[in-house]
Amino acid sequence: MTQSTTTTRSDPALRGGITPAKPRVATVWLDGCSGCHMSFLDLDERLFILAEKVDIVCSPVVDPKEFPPDVDLCLVEGAVSSHHDLEKAKLIRARSKVVAALGDCAVTGNVPAMRNFWEVEELFRRAYIENAEYPDTPEKRKANLPVLNVPPHERIARPLHEIIKVDLFIPGCPPPADAIFYVLTEFLAGRSPNITQVTRFGK
Amino acid sequence: MTMSPTTKPPAESLTLTIDGKDVSCRSGQTILDVARENDIDIPTLCQLDGLTTWGGCRLCLVEIAGSSKLFASCATQCTEGMNITTQSDRLLNYRRMILEMLFSERNHICAVCVSNGHCELQSMAQKLGVTHIHLPYRYPKLTVDSSQDRFRLDHNRCILCSRCVRVCGEIEGAHTKDLKGRGIKTFVINDLDQPWADAKSCTTCGKCVHVCPVGALTERGTAVSEMAKRRAFLPYLTSMREH
Repeated sequence: MTQSTTTTRSDPALRGGITPAKPRVATVWLDGCSGCHMSFLDLDERLFILAEKVDIVCSPVVDPKEFPPDVDLCLVEGAVSSHHDLEKAKLIRARSKVVAALGDCAVTGNVPAMRNFWEVEELFRRAYIENAEYPDTPEKRKANLPVLNVPPHERIARPLHEIIKVDLFIPGCPPPADAIFYVLTEFLAGRSPNITQVTRFGK
Repeated sequence: MTMSPTTKPPAESLTLTIDGKDVSCRSGQTILDVARENDIDIPTLCQLDGLTTWGGCRLCLVEIAGSSKLFASCATQCTEGMNITTQSDRLLNYRRMILEMLFSERNHICAVCVSNGHCELQSMAQKLGVTHIHLPYRYPKLTVDSSQDRFRLDHNRCILCSRCVRVCGEIEGAHTKDLKGRGIKTFVINDLDQPWADAKSCTTCGKCVHVCPVGALTERGTAVSEMAKRRAFLPYLTSMREH
């Protein structure tokens, strides 16, 4: 990775300051358990150091709901599982200079990919009907799969790099906070992190 | 009747070069043996001291000057004047590719594996800098044999190194385990491809479990990350037989 952190973006004055704009960092949560974001929060007091150096422009822990343009680094948690994930992944790629797969689900498919042995309908039937907690009645057996609030799913859950180009891989389930901080520090310094020094699959 | 003394030909002393370092060895030694004697690290998965050479994992491939082919260092004997390279971009590339093929071939999900943190495939990936798998995963539907009281065989996690087959035949002397099929359809079997519990030849010694480099053979009742393997018995047994 040769990404410079001092890349000129749109006029900093437009952002309301005379100081150079900070790198814009986003984090996204696709098909994962949010554990990687918990690990991100485990940066603890280092979050203050980070907040001085970057703007977190989009994340489950900040307000914006739409993925913004001109993102310098996007950390993506989770596998690509639903149509929504697929569209989001493409949007992230189009709007981010550097995309990092954060954690084993984004890197390998991991636990969300354990559904890949079954057809989506079999899976949904199991999750929403067979395992639903109401008595086994004729009504239950005739019950339909949910159509609201569950986005259509891809046949298999896939790692992020099978969908879009990924520049950085941070394995781990979840990656330790130290590993996340190391990657961010290296990114901000314009260096390529040697990621297997600090984490591995299943860490 | 008196036993005739063993007549071994006197070991010839050889000199050769490994990674630019002049080393000496006895004839009959493999490149891997000599490299390790000289603190030169060559990665391996199927090889285990005390078991016969298998040469299946191909991680220990090395370059020998004068040949464009690669050689499995565990199965290649040293010859006089050999000039061996154990680390190069080409070798690292092949070694990573081998690991990636192993990861994509079956269902290796480290985060939920009993061997997480004790797995040689996992630690080898970290050691060789494998950060992701370039090949598409196959997601084969494979079985888990939990018929046996004490142990479990999970084909999802097997890398076909055959350590279990060798330790069962060579050390325990039971030969319960073997491999069936070829290529991607190869599987570890018990006796005549029976459920483990029905395999009469099995002594339930557990040696296969403890030489398994991954989470394919495990003790039952272990949860994620709990299956640390104990291999101290192997050099001990080998040493007892030799002396």
